[in-house]
Amino acid sequence: MKKKGHYLRRVFVWQLPVRVYHWLNALVIVALCATGYLIGSPPAIMSNVEASHRYLFGIIRFIHFVAAYIFFFNFIFRIYWGFVGNKYADWKNFIPTNKKYFQQMWEVLKLDIFMMKGKENPSIGHNALAGFTYFLTFIAFLIQCITGFGLYASMTDWWFADMFVWVSNVFGGDFALRNWHHAAMWFFILFAMVHVYLVFYHDYVEGRGEISSMGGGWKFIEEEVFEEEKA
Amino acid sequence: MAAPENKRPTYYEELRQRGYSRRDFMKFCTMMAAYLGLEATGTAQIANTLLKTPRIPVIWLHFQECTCCSESFIRSSHPIVADILLDKLSLDYTETLMAASGHAAEAAKEKTMKDYYGEYVLCVEGSVPVDNDGVYCCIGGKSAIQVLEEAAAGAKAIIAWGSCACNGCVQAAYPNPTGATPIHKLVKGKPIIKVPGCPPIGEVMAGVLVHIITFGRLPELDKVGRPKAFYSKRVHDSCYRRPYYDAGLFVESFDDENAKKGYCLYKVGCKGPMTYNSCGIIKWNDGVSYPIQSGHGCIGCSEANFWDNGPLYRQMASFPGFGIESNADKVGMVAAGVTAAGIAVHAIATNVRKKKLVDDLVAEGKESEKELKS
Ligand code: HEM
Ligand code: SF4
Repeated sequence: MKKKGHYLRRVFVWQLPVRVYHWLNALVIVALCATGYLIGSPPAIMSNVEASHRYLFGIIRFIHFVAAYIFFFNFIFRIYWGFVGNKYADWKNFIPTNKKYFQQMWEVLKLDIFMMKGKENPSIGHNALAGFTYFLTFIAFLIQCITGFGLYASMTDWWFADMFVWVSNVFGGDFALRNWHHAAMWFFILFAMVHVYLVFYHDYVEGRGEISSMGGGWKFIEEEVFEEEKA
Repeated sequence: MAAPENKRPTYYEELRQRGYSRRDFMKFCTMMAAYLGLEATGTAQIANTLLKTPRIPVIWLHFQECTCCSESFIRSSHPIVADILLDKLSLDYTETLMAASGHAAEAAKEKTMKDYYGEYVLCVEGSVPVDNDGVYCCIGGKSAIQVLEEAAAGAKAIIAWGSCACNGCVQAAYPNPTGATPIHKLVKGKPIIKVPGCPPIGEVMAGVLVHIITFGRLPELDKVGRPKAFYSKRVHDSCYRRPYYDAGLFVESFDDENAKKGYCLYKVGCKGPMTYNSCGIIKWNDGVSYPIQSGHGCIGCSEANFWDNGPLYRQMASFPGFGIESNADKVGMVAAGVTAAGIAVHAIATNVRKKKLVDDLVAEGKESEKELKS
């Protein structure tokens, strides 16, 4: 049993812009997956209403495109914040730049994924493995934005989306482009499943407020760890 | 133009000889200018050119194809199209329609290639098999690839007719047993224009030729190499069933009530939203109809690899490398199932392996609870 008076220290980890980014991102990804799925497999509606009185599919697509724009600019904003935000928001959390990063990744893999025994050493911001996984999701974001705007380019006259006309040709036409865009949706779904589970997992075994950290912005660390890490 | 060329009749003279009136001729020029999207003065430009210039020599090669492009072309709504451009008078060589045959035909081709080196337009219908030294398609003792290379050397420009020549069409579909290859991958350093479709619309083909004759250069092309005038919009953008699409009203199966009402064909596989062509505007058979108007979805015949990108009668994202019956959603759902199982296993393992950690937390929490006043 731990010594009595297990002191925890409050550390401010996620700045407000990071939290806003996170929840906006979550919201639009859910919207994009839902509307995207419907665009691919629209429900059967038997109706006698005149087509001119309905715009259901148009609305579904409209939501997809609005969410797509938010998703894209939110993503760009997050990249920007990776250069100006605090140390836990910094881009170095996501891209392995030194050997230590890989060692930490291996540690997390051993302890949290393979459940091997070892010294528990919970990280304060992102752990190395999570950070790297987010880097992969950023690449998926990029792919989804490029394929999405590539499809969208033929539906609009706005110069911004029209910058993506080259995409279709690179993928070998709209057919293939659409298939890629559709298949990539599943990455988002699988990621969301694992991501949500792991947040609960960390909250459960570490008891440091992992879940609520994306709300208030802080996590709690042991006083000793704080003293150790304080350089 | 060189002196001997002036002795040859111009396009206009040839037409008059064949009994067309000036009025017919002007109508034809107007129609072509409209299809090409030219300004009003374009008609005069076309008329002027056809009036003054003798026909440009055309060599039309046939490789792996079904001749539907030629068929489409000679059925173009305006009779002059076939007469002026594809009549045996205007064509120096085309296997399917020329009068000559055997050595005589080959000799005629050689002569054209020599006499008009750098001047003739080379039209190619069909893809070229490159596997096994091209044995799968031989003409006059030469393989298609040899024939193409020889003819391409002296061509002013190359027109790739139809999906075969543009992207390989069905014979290039997986597993592409003959190594069927589109023209742009085999010929480098020549202006190539792609006119995809299986077949392309006759008026589009005529428009492309008339443009080359009139302006002496290729029409404006898009990123893929297709003429912008005909391939810049999707079939979906000009579809008269579009209001049903936007309303979310779809044909569910081919003979249901919705099909009778003329709802959108998206769910029975219409590929109009991904297909760039002018079928909805120019239509077929003298503007009578086109697939969607006849109740059948667009199969996307002018798009690259339309055979390999999912089934024709369903809207479904196929998943490369997972077999014919797989689709992105099936693969995705299996992956989601596996992931869920993995999560469950991990959750159980957590409660076993990390029991001590969790128990400590719980104990600490409970103790604090006890110590506090109620
Ligand atoms: C989390 C991100 C996204 C997901 C999960 C997603 C998912 C999907 C799915 C499943 C489809 C249906 C494809 C099919 O027909 O089978 C689709 C269509 C489409 N998406 Fe996305 N998408 C995302 C982001 C974007 C972005 C950023 C854009 C950029 C504008 C975009 C534009 C489009 C377009 C234009 C279509 C075709 C709609 C149509 O043909 O009417 N998507 N999306
Ligand atoms: S029938 Fe095809 S092209 Fe026409 S609106 Fe429906 S999906 Fe688009």
